[in-house]
Amino acid sequence: MKRLLLQHIDVPGIDTLSVYREHGGYKALEKALKDMKPDDITEEVKKSGLRGRGGAGFPTGLKWSFLAKPEGVERYLVCNADESEPGTFKDRFLMSKIPHALIEGMIVSSFALGAKTSYIYIRGELLYVYHILEKAIAEAYDAGLLGKNIMGSGYSLDLYVHPGGGAYICGEETALIESLEGKRGNPRIKPPFPAVKGLWQSPTVVNNVETISAVPHIVNMGGDAYAAIGVGKSTGTKLISACGHIKKPGVYEIELGLPVEEFLFSDEYCGGIRNDKKLKAVVAGGSSVPILPGELFLKTANGEPRLMSYESLSDGGFATGTMLGSGGFIVMDEDTSVVKNLWNFTRFYHHESCGQCSPCREGTGWMEKVLHKFLEGHANMNDIDLLWDIQSKIEGKTICPLGEAASWPVASAIRHFRSEFEDYVKNPQKIKDVKHYYRVNNLDPVIN
Amino acid sequence: MPDNYTGYKMDTNNTNINFSEEALQLMHKIMRRYPEGRQKSAILPLLHIAQAESEGWLSAPVMDKVAEILKVQPIEVYEVASFYTMFNLKPVGKCVIEVCRTGPCWLLGAEDIVKFIERKLNIKEGETTADGMFTLKTVECLASCGSAPMMQVGEKYHEHLTCEKVDELLDDYRVNTNEHISHWAKDKIKA
Repeated sequence: MKRLLLQHIDVPGIDTLSVYREHGGYKALEKALKDMKPDDITEEVKKSGLRGRGGAGFPTGLKWSFLAKPEGVERYLVCNADESEPGTFKDRFLMSKIPHALIEGMIVSSFALGAKTSYIYIRGELLYVYHILEKAIAEAYDAGLLGKNIMGSGYSLDLYVHPGGGAYICGEETALIESLEGKRGNPRIKPPFPAVKGLWQSPTVVNNVETISAVPHIVNMGGDAYAAIGVGKSTGTKLISACGHIKKPGVYEIELGLPVEEFLFSDEYCGGIRNDKKLKAVVAGGSSVPILPGELFLKTANGEPRLMSYESLSDGGFATGTMLGSGGFIVMDEDTSVVKNLWNFTRFYHHESCGQCSPCREGTGWMEKVLHKFLEGHANMNDIDLLWDIQSKIEGKTICPLGEAASWPVASAIRHFRSEFEDYVKNPQKIKDVKHYYRVNNLDPVIN
Repeated sequence: MPDNYTGYKMDTNNTNINFSEEALQLMHKIMRRYPEGRQKSAILPLLHIAQAESEGWLSAPVMDKVAEILKVQPIEVYEVASFYTMFNLKPVGKCVIEVCRTGPCWLLGAEDIVKFIERKLNIKEGETTADGMFTLKTVECLASCGSAPMMQVGEKYHEHLTCEKVDELLDDYRVNTNEHISHWAKDKIKA
């Protein structure tokens, strides 16, 4: 299995500049600055078929080519390191272990886009990673890899880390830009798109940490070679952060196209379900994507084995499919209550709604309340339809995709697990008996 | 801001807010990271530093001081501070415990961890102990789902929690006061 991003993850000291360079670090930057023109890099990224790794999966080269380049106007590259999607922890892992992978990617990408100043917007809670990045950036400045006239090429770049303040919504690119401008993280109405009017009304590209970190590899190996990895339009490798009821949670780099069954059950990856329980359901790409029952997750509705790729996971649309999303892979065993878990996720979206659009601001709260009725044993059959009705009135009716992110888990849970909702209506005691999660232990506290 | 704006005027004489020299230096260093005229961008990092300088929370006078440094209206700082969950707008304990409550942590027992801390400290979620030592908060996903359940204290992530582990940690925090000094307060020394 080919590894690019995590190839040297186990090398001691790989977080330092010297060790990173000993293992081929900053070779791509040298190649880019000496042998390539900015547009050549964009061309290679286009050829590579690299798609946004933050969740949307939009082709990166295409996004770059949309960047407006009016004379005399600054352009900006902003890295989205506001990783907050429940189930996703790959960017934190990558940045804290190999900070220079992101920094090299930022310099190469900034050169390709003609940016003179770039920012890494990191979520505020990851302050220890902020320090790691600051240290690595200082090393890069000292070595002449940042600042004026990088490697004698005449290209100059300043790179800064900017901490957020704790808001999931700032992972949405226009909210992130608002936040970077020192405002509340309210998403903007598009158009204009950031590529035309972004940070401080200047043309801006916002890319995810993993996307930018992949760029040096594309420069090194060439776009065609990168595109040869993977399957169909899902090219290259992807970091998957696996969690929940599996034996080996963690961050794995996979070649896109790996069979889902192998990823979930082989010892090389997740290692199967904890305590040898049965698989109940999987949320494959972060909490926002539709939940799928185990059998529909392993095999498509047509009976074909599902693969870890953008296309295969979404096979069957929302009726029987889901999405690769951010690669936040949450596994639930047979004891899990889908309804309880859904209430938890819905509470999350209610908490994180920025409040700009009424359908999302009000709707997420209503859904949380209705779901709470199921947990309290006060729900009736009409509440299932009510939930369905509310989610359908949020989806597609908000400025940003948080509306969809809140609706899809509800819709998919009702679609695939309606009988569980009905069970809780018929037998309210049942939900109280559900174990739902592993008890850590029952230790009584020592009161001081 | 419209030109005829005649809103609230800061009374700097009345507010005895003074940040340390190191903190001010760090603030000005950070403000230089944004283009001329775009210093408002530094609100979030400045609020983090201000909070670390002010016993972990932002009072209106503290926010006014940040507004003064950034040369923006106080309301521009209030509206930002009230949007983001990391800013405490009321006093907190010396040691703020933030337990992740979102799905993946919850699937692996976060609820038990919260209940355990509530019992041990004899407070409810959102409250501060009578001695002003601990504040217990539950927060949304901190991107540590593979090492669930987890909690954050200051800069530090504590992962793979069990009640025994939390029990030891809390006892340790009670004794070892340096451990939970705010990360930004440490940062200012480096600047």
